[in-house]
This record gives sequence, C-alpha cells and structure tokens, in this order.
Amino acid sequence: MSPFKPTLETTFCGIPCLNPFWLASAPPTNCGEQIMRAFDAGWGGAVWKTIGEPITNVSSRYSSIDWEGRRMMGFNNIELISDRPIEVNLQEIAEVKRRYPKHVVIASLMVESKRETWHEIVQRAEDAGADGLELNFGCPHGMSERGMGSAVGQVPEYCEQITGWVKEKARTPVIVKLTPNISDIRIPARAAKRGGADALSAINTINSITGIDLDTFQPNPNVDGKSSHGGYCGPAVKPIALNMVQQIQADAGSVLPLSGIGGIGGWRDAAEFILLGCSTVQVCTAAMHYGYRIVEDMQDGLLNWMAEKGFTTLEDFRGLSLPNVREWKQLNLNYQIVARIHEDLCIGCQLCYTACWDGAHQCIHLDRTSPVPDTTRTPAMVEVEAARKVSTTPIPKLDVGGAKMISTLTPLERIPRVDEHHCVGCNLCSLVCPVENCITMERIDKDIEAESWEERVAKGMVSAGAREVMSTNT
Amino acid sequence: MSARVPFPEQIAAAPEVAERFGDLHPPLDRQAAVPEANRCLYCFDAPCTNACPTHIDVPRFIKKIASGNLSGSARTILDANILGASCSRACPVEVLCEGACVMHRYNKQPIQIARLQRFAMDALHESGAPLPFEPGAETGLSAALVGAGPASLACAAELRRRGIRADLYDARPLPGGLNTYGVAEYKLPLVESLREIEMLAQLGVDFHFETRIDAAGLAELEQKHDAVFLGIGLGAIHQLGVAGEGLPGVTNALDLIAGYKSGSLTTVPNRVVVVGAGNTAIDAAIAAVRLGATDVYIVYRRGPEQMSAFTFEYEHAKNEGVKFFWHVQPTGIRGSKAAEGIELTRLESTDDGSIVPQEGSEFVLEADLIILSIGQATHSGFLSNSSSKSGKIQVERGRIVIDRATGQTSNPKFFAGGDCTNGGREVVDAVADGKRSGVGIAAWLEAQHVAV
Ligand SMILES: Cc1cc2nc3c(=O)[nH]c(=O)nc-3n(C[C@H](O)[C@H](O)[C@H](O)COP(=O)(O)OP(=O)(O)OC[C@H]3O[C@@H](n4cnc5c(N)ncnc54)[C@H](O)[C@@H]3O)c2cc1C
Ligand SMILES: Cc1cc2nc3c(=O)[nH]c(=O)nc-3n(C[C@H](O)[C@H](O)[C@H](O)COP(=O)(O)O)c2cc1C
Ligand code: SF4
Ligand code: SF4
Ligand code: SF4
Repeated sequence: MSPFKPTLETTFCGIPCLNPFWLASAPPTNCGEQIMRAFDAGWGGAVWKTIGEPITNVSSRYSSIDWEGRRMMGFNNIELISDRPIEVNLQEIAEVKRRYPKHVVIASLMVESKRETWHEIVQRAEDAGADGLELNFGCPHGMSERGMGSAVGQVPEYCEQITGWVKEKARTPVIVKLTPNISDIRIPARAAKRGGADALSAINTINSITGIDLDTFQPNPNVDGKSSHGGYCGPAVKPIALNMVQQIQADAGSVLPLSGIGGIGGWRDAAEFILLGCSTVQVCTAAMHYGYRIVEDMQDGLLNWMAEKGFTTLEDFRGLSLPNVREWKQLNLNYQIVARIHEDLCIGCQLCYTACWDGAHQCIHLDRTSPVPDTTRTPAMVEVEAARKVSTTPIPKLDVGGAKMISTLTPLERIPRVDEHHCVGCNLCSLVCPVENCITMERIDKDIEAESWEERVAKGMVSAGAREVMSTNT
Repeated sequence: MSARVPFPEQIAAAPEVAERFGDLHPPLDRQAAVPEANRCLYCFDAPCTNACPTHIDVPRFIKKIASGNLSGSARTILDANILGASCSRACPVEVLCEGACVMHRYNKQPIQIARLQRFAMDALHESGAPLPFEPGAETGLSAALVGAGPASLACAAELRRRGIRADLYDARPLPGGLNTYGVAEYKLPLVESLREIEMLAQLGVDFHFETRIDAAGLAELEQKHDAVFLGIGLGAIHQLGVAGEGLPGVTNALDLIAGYKSGSLTTVPNRVVVVGAGNTAIDAAIAAVRLGATDVYIVYRRGPEQMSAFTFEYEHAKNEGVKFFWHVQPTGIRGSKAAEGIELTRLESTDDGSIVPQEGSEFVLEADLIILSIGQATHSGFLSNSSSKSGKIQVERGRIVIDRATGQTSNPKFFAGGDCTNGGREVVDAVADGKRSGVGIAAWLEAQHVAV
C-alpha cells in the first residue's frame, strides 16, 4: 500500500468536483441522456453544449488532419451552438441535476448582446439547477456574424460589459470562455476579470482552414462545394492552449481560477495543464474520437502519477511549473550542453547527421573509421561514395560467411560522432533520433556562474538596443 | 518492325495453375501502404539502399508513397532499376534491403520495402501511364545484346536512354530469361514479367527471338555493332550421370518450372523426388506440391547447414509440406518404361572431412517423377571459339571475367553481366550488372568517339 492515498476531488470557485475532468461544451454534451452516460463513465462534470436561440446547422460540419496514419490529430468544425430549443435544454439540465446531484453541470450560454436577454437566460439556467455558467465568447464562426461568440471575445469592452451584466444577476460562479483568436489572450482575460468573472476557461477553437481537396479545389468540410472558416482543436492545438494558459496565470490582471481546454486526451495532458495552474480541464475532441470511456485512464493514470510523486491533492501540484516559465532574457546564457551519442543504442540511421548538417551547425561527422577525425567530408561526398559501391546479393553457396545480412549490431562506420567543440547544444539531433535516450544532452559548463541577458545588459556587457532583435520567437 | 502481339498476351500459365500459385506476399492497399511508408525513418545514406544491388533510393520512393506522389515513386524505382516491379516480387529481400533495415537494430519489424515497391509499381501499371523515360537523341551508335534476360534488358534500357540502338537476340520465343521462365509463379507470375518488359520496350528496343548466337553469329554481331553485351545467363541443369537418367519421368527443375509457368504443364504425379537443395530445388519441390503431388521429397548429399538455399526458402518448403532426406546420394534411377524410384546411398563424413558412401545403406525411394536440380552448367564455351580480331574474352570456370564497375571484359568491345559473370545470383544482381554495363558501354563508346 502506498503511504499516500491521492484524491482527485477538488473544488472550482467553490463548486465541489468529484474529479477535474469535465466534458467541454460541444457535441458530447448535447443532451441530458448523453451527459448522464458520461457521468456513469466517470466524468466529473459537463459544460452543456452552448444554449441560446436555436440555430440551423449545415451539413457537413467537421474535417480533420490525420498525421502519419493516425486519425484526427487536428479537428475542425463549422457547427454553431445548440440547435435545440432553450426550454428543452433547461428541462434536461434539471433532470440531470436531480439524478446526479454530485456531478457538475455548467450551462454554457450565448445570447444577443442585450442586458435583459442575458439577465433572462442567466435566471432560467440557474433556476434549472446549473452549478455555474460559462459565457461562450469564443465560438469563431457563424455566431460572430450575429454579434455573438468571438465577436464579443475579441472586443475587450464588450467582454467586460456582458460579463458585468451577467454578474448583476448570477448567483452561481461565472466562467468566461476565451477565444484564442486574438493577438494577446491577456487582453480579453483582463476585461473579463474587470467585468467581475469568477473564473476563466481557455481555449476555444482556433480559426482554421484544414485543407483543400486537390481534385475539386474545395476546402473541407465541404458544404455544397464551399466551406467556411472553422474552429481548430484536438491534439494539434495543445501547445497553443498551454501557452495561453500560462500567459493568463502569470498575469496579475488576468489570473483567476482556470479551466484548461485544448487538445487534452489523457492524464498526461491534464497534469500539464494543472502544473500551469488550471483547476479543472475540459475535453471535447478526444471524447468525440474515442468516446466517454477515455476518462477511466485519465483518472487512473493521474492518480498513479500523483501517488508516485507524493501528491495527495491536485492543489499539491497545481501551478508548480509556473515559476519555470520565464522571459528569454532571464535564461542562463552560461548553461552549456552538448550532444552525446550512445553507441550501444545507435541504429545507424544517420538522421542526426543530416539534421545537424542541414538544420544546425555541421558538427556531426561520419569519421569513426577514418584514421583521423575528418570534418571536411560533406553529406554530398558521402552520397557519391555510396553510389559507387558495388553490392551483390549474398548467396550461401558463393559467399564465405553465408547470407547473414541481418545484424543487430550497428557497424561502427554508421555511428556518427559529435564534435563537441562545435556543438551549440540546440537539441535538434536528440529530437530527430528515433531511439529513446540514444542521444543525450550533457551539461559541460559546470564551473561557470549563471548569467542572463538581462544581467549582462545591467553590467553594460551588451548594448540594450540589441535586445529588440534577440528573440525570433515572439 | 511489324506490329506484334504484346508480350503478356502471348502466353500464360493455365488458369487452374494460376489459381494454385496465388501471391506469396499479397499486395498492400493504400490504407496499409501509407502508414507503413510513414514508418520508414528516411535514413541518410540508407543501409537498405546500400544493400540493394541496383541502389534504389529506398527512403526516397517510400516517402513519395507517403506523400501520395505515386508516379514520382515509381519513377524513382525505375530510374535505378528498370525491372523494379519484377524485383519487388522476386527479390530475396530478407538478405537484401529489408535485411539491412535499421529497424532490426532496435527490435522492430523492418520496413516492408518490397511490398511498398510493388505498391508503387502496381499503381504505375494500373494507371496505364507510359514508361516515365524517353529514349535519348539517336547517336547512330548501336550495340548487340546476346540474351534478353534481366541483365541484357537493363543494359538495353541504359543504352536507349543514351540514344544508342539496342538489338537483343534470344534463343527463346519471349524475353525476360529466367525472370519470365524461372521465378516461382507465386512470387512473380510470368505475365507480370512480360508486362514489365512490354513497358521497357517503349524505349525502342529491337528484339530478335528464337535466335541462338553461336561463335559465327557472335563474330557477325561484333562486326555489325559498335559494342556487344553478353547476358547469356547459365545453361542447362547438370546431369547426375547415373543409369536410368534418360527414362521418361525424369526431368529437371528448369523445364518443370518453365513448363508450368508457360501453360504446357498443369499437373504432376503423386510421388515426386527433387535432387538437390538449392533455391531452384526448393522452387521445384514447392511447385510439385502445388501441382498436385502428395509426397514430395528433397534429397541432398549434405546436411541442412550446407544447403545453398536461403533459410527462409527452406522454412517455406517445410511449411508447404516438402520432406527432406539429408546425406544421401543418388546412385541410379529404377524403372522399366518410366521412372519408378530413385536408388539412394547414405553418406557419412570421415575424419578428414570428406564424405563417403556408407556401405550397405542403399535403399530405394519410390517416385513417379524425379526432378534434377543440382546446379546449372555454364554455357560460355562458344566464346572461346570466337576468333575476335580485337582480342579474347577471358572466361574463368565458365564465368565471363569482367571489370565490376563497367562490365567490360578482357576484350574491350565486349561487355557482360548477370548470371554468366557472377555464377548465378538474383534478378536484381543481373539488373545491376546490366545497368553498369550500359553506362560502361556508353562511356567507352564516347571515349572511342573522342579518340577518333
Ligand atoms: C528456378 C529459378 C528460380 C529463380 N528464382 C529467383 C527469384 O525468386 N528471385 C530472383 O531474384 N532470382 C531468381 N532466380 C535467379 C534469376 O532468375 C537469375 O539470376 C536472372 O534471371 C539472371 O539474369 P540473366 O539476364 O543473367 O540471365 P537469364 O535470366 O538466364 O537470361 C539469359 C537469356 O539468354 C538467353 N541465351 C543464353 N544463351 C544464348 C545464346 N547463345 N543466344 C541467344 N540467347 C541466349 C536465354 O535464352 C535467356 O533468355 C531464379 C533462377 C532459377 C533458375
Ligand atoms: C464540433 C464542435 C462543436 C463545438 N461547439 C462548441 C460550443 O457550442 N460552445 C463552446 O463553448 N465550444 C464549442 N466547441 C469547442 C470545445 O468546447 C473546445 O473548447 C475545443 O474543442 C477545444 O478542446 P479539444 O481540443 O479537447 O477539442 C466545439 C468544438 C467542436 C469540435
Ligand atoms: S545539439 Fe545541435 S549543434 Fe549539437 S550536434 Fe546536435 S544538432 Fe548539432
Ligand atoms: S539519429 Fe540516433 S540512432 Fe540515428 S544515427 Fe544518430 S544517434 Fe544513431
Ligand atoms: S533502412 Fe529501413 S528505415 Fe531506414 S530508410 Fe531504409 S527502409 Fe527506411
């Protein structure tokens, strides 16, 4: 027995949660019947498919990006909010809450930008028994044409004002769901906070065109030969979501309890969002892909990891990684690592070699069998030599040693060598290497004191003007 | 040239035979090919490419399958190996590209290179697109090629791409040599070999069938052409040299295989004995099983460790139900009007390593058909009779001696490649030889031209 008995129970803005795993407002939360099955499968909460004046959807609605044989690495939709009447949704909320009082039901709302309309829908949703409200300021398509969705999320003043209207009426926590389709997520986040929001959720889907059919020249998803900007989500968007989550959590003007969304499909993803400060996480694409049952391993995996790390509650590790995200200028410039190839693991694919030559700093060489290190031989020279080789089929009868081609031992000449004096420690070779731990990045700066760009500027070692051009990744 | 009937329409295996010789390695469909292609690491200076005698740029053609550029993939294959479709089915990839794949080194299945290659080539053939190469501008130069097997065909393709005329002479009625008449039907059907050659013929190759070249013929070719390529392969199967060998019911592996592949043979009797344990013997034994034999034995003078068949071929034969008799030597064939059995003597090895008959161990294995498969003889004899003014073609133990890089023989006007130079290897080796020779001939002719 482990000395720790971790629990996934938590609270979100005072709402008790059985676990942090919520279904995001989307098709998996379309109706009460679905949500009750989801709760049976283990989901701790559900954000109802956005409720508002019923809309008409198009057919088709979805498209996706497959990645090397795996389906739906990126998912795209052009559907709108719920197509069901408001009263039906509200009746079902009441029904679900009656049957599942311990599970969280959040009503996602989107109505016309009028004070009374918002007041009315808030009242009705809360009367139905919703534990909280999520304001959908993020839907990137269709609704913005009607002055709703991201049209609101993209204008901080509207965002603040509508949040304010809702707060005038609401008795339950108000969560503002942010659109990522802005240049700086902190601007709408601050507006929501100023408007009185109790919490935030991020991100909604990202504007996208997933692809064009090369035979018909039609973008997908195809609606009678045409398509429209969709909202992108699924595994592909996780890094973008994590970045926005961190930006919100590191900004005093934005920080609020946060429900993380975007590309979450397993417990590892969930742990990452929590390490950057989220209190709950929401899932859409993964549930659409594999069904509600994925939550079983999300719970099991997270609990096992928590036990291993000695965490008893989510609060024990929530936000732990936030201090580790810094501005570039604060990073230690004297930290130096170099690539090291572990010959016993190397399979001789030479991907590190070609990557370093063409994509990094030309410091990996194929000279293990030459008498002296040879850093002058280029990839083109290697290829020319190879083309000249005469190879034949090894025939048992004709060749001494027989036809033993299959070797589990990599020949020395195929194992590349890193010239550590020229390696800049960029990581590229270790990222392309297909064998785990075959290239490790080893620290070599042991005796040098840490020093950042900021510190160098302060000491007058570098001119401050150079600062503007430093980072290429803004 | 008068319009001829396309090669694949001229002959075929009988339908009931074709049915019993279905694909040993079935084709991949697109949904299987693309993920398999994506599994390839795209190695630099890839070991698979190095291991391929024709150096097909394997990662390049595989990535083109992944990207959906199938015509580019087929072109990449054909550019290195003009018989890319045949090779994708016939090659013993376990000891070639797939054997060299780096995946073996971390406990993964090697990339299914051959099946991917076939996928790209099948797509090209199905598309009906022409061969993706044009003949070069005519130079007025010409070469004669003796034999129309894989070596000569590959050589001819290189010559045509350089604007050199190629005249192929073959004793048989159809091209392809053993690629057409020898490779087991469940690997490469005869029609597929012919289909590929039909495509190659778009480069404008002149075929002269049913024309056996002898010493006099060779002298004539030497005179008429600027260079001569010898791609004559190996000759007939060796004789056993025992009594009864001439009886009906005694045949050899090459005739049996050529027979069932070209439609002239559709069944074999129940009890079959194959003498020899090379790849050809295995092919003959498996063919006998599929042609309806109930008992098929392979008898061999030595043990399984010494047999020249590839291990995977041996395993395949066992799976097909072929039985093996090791350390036995045929001493005679029994039968009055036709073969009824084979007389065998057990062999034992002595202290000095030689093997000798074990006294009193003679026995008879009853059989209705005896198939000899104890190696092909060389048939380069006529070359030494040729009185070429430009010099002698050096032959060693029946094999024509060449410079491996150019295919040139000791007589500079003569080039050679394939089984007649390497003692009998694989289709892909013959293609590689032919290709090097084609380039070698063009380079030599150019040098001659400059010198003049
Ligand atoms: C039964 C069998 C099965 C095989 N299976 C495989 C296999 O699965 N995979 C594989 O890769 N390889 C296989 N091989 C080997 C492969 O077929 C040969 O290595 C390859 O065909 C050699 O090509 P080549 O051009 O050198 O000779 P060949 O294919 O033998 O072609 C020579 C041609 O020259 C003609 N010729 C010969 N002398 C003359 C002359 N004097 N005048 C006119 N024409 C002449 C012949 O008629 C023949 O058409 C097999 C071989 C055999 C015997
Ligand atoms: C088909 C579809 C419909 C969606 N509908 C809504 C919606 O009505 N309201 C809303 O707030 N978000 C909606 N979303 C966005 C999801 O709730 C979620 O924010 C987004 O998909 C990112 O999470 P994921 O990567 O787990 O899919 C929808 C997403 C999809 C794929
Ligand atoms: S870390 Fe970068 S620079 Fe160093 S060897 Fe690897 S790829 Fe080259
Ligand atoms: S990438 Fe890795 S496995 Fe491949 S050659 Fe380099 S070190 Fe070896
Ligand atoms: S060795 Fe294997 S993984 Fe590498 S390029 Fe060749 S087929 Fe692909």
